[in-house]
Amino acid sequence: MENHFETGIENLRQQLLVMASHTETAVNQAIQALMQRDYDLALRVKADDDVIDRCEVVIDDLAIQLLTKAPLATNLRLVTVAMKISQDLERIGDEASKIAKRARDLSQEPPVKIQLDLPRMAGRALEMLKAALDAFVHHDPAAARAVILRDKEVDDFNKQIHAALVQHMVENPDTISRCLHWMVAAKSLERIADHATNIAEDVVYLCEAQDIRHTGFKNQAAPAAA
Amino acid sequence: MNTVTPSQYLPEPPRETRHFRAEKFDFWSFFFSGLTGLATLFILGILATILLNIIVNGWSAISWHFVSTIPKKDFFDANTTGVLPMIVGTAFRVIVMTIFVIPVGVITAIYLTEYASNTSIITRIIRAAVNNLAGVPSIVFGLFGLGFFINFVGKNMDRLLHNSSAVWGQPALIWASLTLAVMTLPVVIVATEESLKAIPPGLREASLALGATKLETILRIVLPQALPGIMTGGILAVSRAAGEVAPILFTGVAYYMASLPGHLSDQFMDLGYHIFVLSTQSPNIEQTRPILYATVLVLLMLTFALNIVAILIRARVRKKLRALG
Amino acid sequence: MAEISIPKLTPQETASATAPAGAPFIEIEDVSLFYGASKALKNISLKLEEKVVTAFIGPSGCGKSTLLRCLNRMNDLIDGVRIEGTMKIGGHDIYASDVDVIELRKRVGMVFQKSNPFPKSIYENVAYGLRLHGVKAKSDLDSRIEESLRASALWDEVKDRLHSSALGLSGGQQQRLCIARAIAIKPEVILMDEPASALDPIATARIEDLILDLKKEFTIVIVTHNMQQAARISDQTAFFYIGELVEFDATTKIFTNPAQKRTEDYVSGRFG
Repeated sequence: MENHFETGIENLRQQLLVMASHTETAVNQAIQALMQRDYDLALRVKADDDVIDRCEVVIDDLAIQLLTKAPLATNLRLVTVAMKISQDLERIGDEASKIAKRARDLSQEPPVKIQLDLPRMAGRALEMLKAALDAFVHHDPAAARAVILRDKEVDDFNKQIHAALVQHMVENPDTISRCLHWMVAAKSLERIADHATNIAEDVVYLCEAQDIRHTGFKNQAAPAAA
Repeated sequence: MNTVTPSQYLPEPPRETRHFRAEKFDFWSFFFSGLTGLATLFILGILATILLNIIVNGWSAISWHFVSTIPKKDFFDANTTGVLPMIVGTAFRVIVMTIFVIPVGVITAIYLTEYASNTSIITRIIRAAVNNLAGVPSIVFGLFGLGFFINFVGKNMDRLLHNSSAVWGQPALIWASLTLAVMTLPVVIVATEESLKAIPPGLREASLALGATKLETILRIVLPQALPGIMTGGILAVSRAAGEVAPILFTGVAYYMASLPGHLSDQFMDLGYHIFVLSTQSPNIEQTRPILYATVLVLLMLTFALNIVAILIRARVRKKLRALG
Repeated sequence: MAEISIPKLTPQETASATAPAGAPFIEIEDVSLFYGASKALKNISLKLEEKVVTAFIGPSGCGKSTLLRCLNRMNDLIDGVRIEGTMKIGGHDIYASDVDVIELRKRVGMVFQKSNPFPKSIYENVAYGLRLHGVKAKSDLDSRIEESLRASALWDEVKDRLHSSALGLSGGQQQRLCIARAIAIKPEVILMDEPASALDPIATARIEDLILDLKKEFTIVIVTHNMQQAARISDQTAFFYIGELVEFDATTKIFTNPAQKRTEDYVSGRFG
């Protein structure tokens, strides 16, 4: 005999994975469009953000329905965490959209001659997102914790790139508008890493019922910042 | 042209218009309800026949004089005969029996239901004894009454109290009543047990959980609820005892007493026994028949009256229980 | 920029409700119960706080009602029951040979699953326990009865018909009457065996609110097969399974993050 409630819970998890998959693809494609100056890809990413937004609505709706059935223990944590993760994924989708927008604009203009560590930063952010989502799928709090510790790296990358772009803008005022696009893109990547961190914290809560948000955990690997 | 119209291929009406009436007549149900009705009529018919027979035959002898006179030794003269001492004797013995059988029966039933463990050997022996008691023939009770109550208890009481003069050691109202009490004990015990068992255990639990002892629970909650059932047992006992003759044969009934019984050690006359006397000792059966039937009628009416009174009291008790406590 | 100082929270403090602290009032130590040869309760050890609602949950036949009925020695009424181990209330062993069961039941009251008002008037129902324990004067009875009926949220509904039959009340009202009857004699502990399971949702909600009020004055132990009810009204929850105590902890912990897998499975609805 089917346990209808368990089916509902599984359905929620599946929806979340679908949304995660779309989000990962969006981030991937946005970075690709940015690096390879691909106008069409950028437009596609922007258009596909719609799907991610709708996923969030569907997941929240499913979660509310499940809440009326008063889930307890792990199911309760899963439902509440699903609502949070869907929100973080939606924001990541928005950031990917922003990156795509800047990619679209940059592809219409000649490239800026500057060496930026952006590809590596983008790689890190994407890895963090993948790792956080994998930790969710495999119920792995240790992997989730590892993700959180790497957020510092991405923050540092952002600062470096920001400084380099500012310097370039000062020296070459005609590149200001293009450099600003790059700055925003870098910022979006940093935000994506932040959201991936949030997702990882939610995974730890789901698996261990430990709320490690705002506990200074993420600062453990790196020296205290000013 | 051999066109086939749809109506030829729709032998049954479509589902929506099928009715709920029975497809065919259910003979066996009808037969059985008819049978039960007939059985009831049959029973009523027999009852009516008996009553009519009695009334028709005895009506001529019934009068106020009849029921209020103490007869002379010759019962068979319709002008001077009366049944007052028999009425009084029957009523007294039934009442005294009730006074003994109800308490003993109720207490036994309370023990069996509330205190005794259902599986213990003692309980099983008691239950077996009660069941067997119910099957003992009435004449055996009579002999028991003679042997135990009169010859043992009565004679010993006389030895201790009256210097062996014959006061208690002979047939008496008290011994007849006690014999009847022993005979109707199973009826009271069973009726009381049934009414005790019908009380939901939740009530007892509630009382005990509030800190009542078992005794308090029985006295304050269980017995009041069981009262109608106990009264039913009493009614059944009275109905049976009023008509019994065999148990009182050796234990207290007399062929003739010049006065009404005034003391528990007195003998008494009895309606049932008088009927027996009238029908076997009569010199002229034609003349005696009306008296005989009249006596039967009086006995029936007495039993009826006792029952009605008890049933009315029980109905009052039931009403009170239902309304408030 | 001025530093706003916010107290630093350690992970442990952010976890679900703090475990209750305080002197244990009901102590169950290594208790086992036998129906003849079969062991129905297996070495249960449990300490319950005072003036707190404790819920016993578990699938049918797990022993939660049996354990409850040990606390006011109602199991004494069943033939062939044997109990090992110690049970103390307020520090006194309730199975000691010099214990008067009547006195125990005066201080440990019980409300049953199926409401069982006596077939008497509402007044007489509440007065029954009072009269048993010596309250005779009409003025005393009147005031104690009013007090109990008010405390059970029943007074307003019945104050004009105190002498009408208790059996004329609705199911929820009858159960509240049974609660009034139990608290009239001012026990210290109230044991409730699935008190709302026969009631409709609105009546159930009122009983639950009543229990939350009552816990200010009484220690309450409630057996329930409704987990949401346990989550709503209890402070601590004990989960039983086939005669064993599987887990006992703060209610929030049991229902958000139980330590034992069996508890997790039961609470998530995977069995039972």
